[in-house]
Amino acid sequence: MKHNLILRFIVKYLFPVIALFALYVQFHGDYGPGGGFQAGIILSVAFIFYSLVFGLKTTEQVLPPGVLRIVMCTGVLIYAGTGVTTMLMGGNFLDYNLLSQNPIEGQHLGILMIELGVGITVSSVMLIIFFAFAGRGRPEEADHD
Amino acid sequence: MIDTLIDVTLLAFLAITAIAIIKMRNLFVVIMLFGIFSLHSAGLFVVMDAADVAFTEAAVGAGISTVLMLATLALTKNHKEKIPTHHARIPLLVVLITGAALVYGTYDIPDFGDPHSPAQQHVKPRYIERSVEETGTPNIVTAVLASYRGYDTLGELTVIFTAGIGVLLLIGGRIADRPLPTFRPNFSSKLRPILKDKFRHKFRTKLRRKDKE
Amino acid sequence: MIDIIISHYNYWVVIMLMMAGFYTVISRGNLIKKITGINIFQTSVFLMYISIGYVSEGTPPIIAEGFTKYSNPLPHVMILTAIVVGVSTTALGLALVVRIKEAYGTIEEDEIHDQDMSL
Repeated sequence: MKHNLILRFIVKYLFPVIALFALYVQFHGDYGPGGGFQAGIILSVAFIFYSLVFGLKTTEQVLPPGVLRIVMCTGVLIYAGTGVTTMLMGGNFLDYNLLSQNPIEGQHLGILMIELGVGITVSSVMLIIFFAFAGRGRPEEADHD
Repeated sequence: MIDTLIDVTLLAFLAITAIAIIKMRNLFVVIMLFGIFSLHSAGLFVVMDAADVAFTEAAVGAGISTVLMLATLALTKNHKEKIPTHHARIPLLVVLITGAALVYGTYDIPDFGDPHSPAQQHVKPRYIERSVEETGTPNIVTAVLASYRGYDTLGELTVIFTAGIGVLLLIGGRIADRPLPTFRPNFSSKLRPILKDKFRHKFRTKLRRKDKE
Repeated sequence: MIDIIISHYNYWVVIMLMMAGFYTVISRGNLIKKITGINIFQTSVFLMYISIGYVSEGTPPIIAEGFTKYSNPLPHVMILTAIVVGVSTTALGLALVVRIKEAYGTIEEDEIHDQDMSL
């Protein structure tokens, strides 16, 4: 599909807009609708859109599958790590009041960290699933139509 | 008034789309109708004041689910469902009986939108009053999801992680053109006499009929 | 009579959708259509939960100045989790369909059954 001028232009224009919107939804989950899950899916949709137009091989040069697997595990570890950190500080598992001097600051920090973990994991898992479906049965082909 | 009108219209569209999904045989059309179904239900969630849920349903249902089904259709290369050879009378009967039982059960449900129903009474006022002073986030859904019920969200994240690993294990490899070794139990030469002897006392008449054939 | 219909209309349409999804699962043989039926069933259950939590003349549960009536946030939290778990299950089911196609050559249930029985 990359011989189509309109699609190429639209993807190059829309990709940063979609990624910026995903980051906005991620960090404004406290003040409006949003949060980690929605942001992760929107970010993965940006990459899927890119790979539909420019081909799977080009996208895999940007995001190697090995890196994606490591990133997927990192998100879960960030979430569980926040819980273990509060346990090491003397409280219960996932007790955010201990993360800072002010309990409200601690809650803000805790919610930010776990939403970050959720967003990272969800985006990389959706991309892994899409790459697995799209790359099946075509070991040497370059384009995914 | 306008809310009720939008609600009724969207629900009618959902019902029509569901019946069309049952009747259509072309699988590409079925998947497109499924995307439309998800988007309509996301609109319905907005009308029913569930902003977070509408966001997630639009992104997930009309986005990721439809893309994955299209990818499966491209891999299985099977675009038309087979014509059913016999009328499905028993499933229709089961479905009608279950539906009638459920409709009989809805006569006890409190009215749609009732602010004094039991679902709005016990825990909800406490969360609404105390969530800003305890967590500092105006969005109560995020506060409950991330702070009050954070352990459940960890479980949910693990479910997504497991799905990713499962898909990697199943179709993560690229090579699909050599036939995969499948396990076919071989009852032909050595095993059948042993089985015959072992179960002779149970299947006496059956074995005799088979020997005659 | 009319007010019973207006106040319960949501629930009846949701039950009809549930039964439509259920019928698709048990009566059609194509595996992709079965997975679509499961998803229709799931979405109708979500609609029922959100209908239970709806408060008429309320707003979404985001605290803002001047609003006192909010919708119930607890069904929203449950359904957020359920939607994401549902897409994970769908992805795994579709991966299984791809592998079944590669192993048996077909995704119609009775042809798979015939191939298994004719050993």
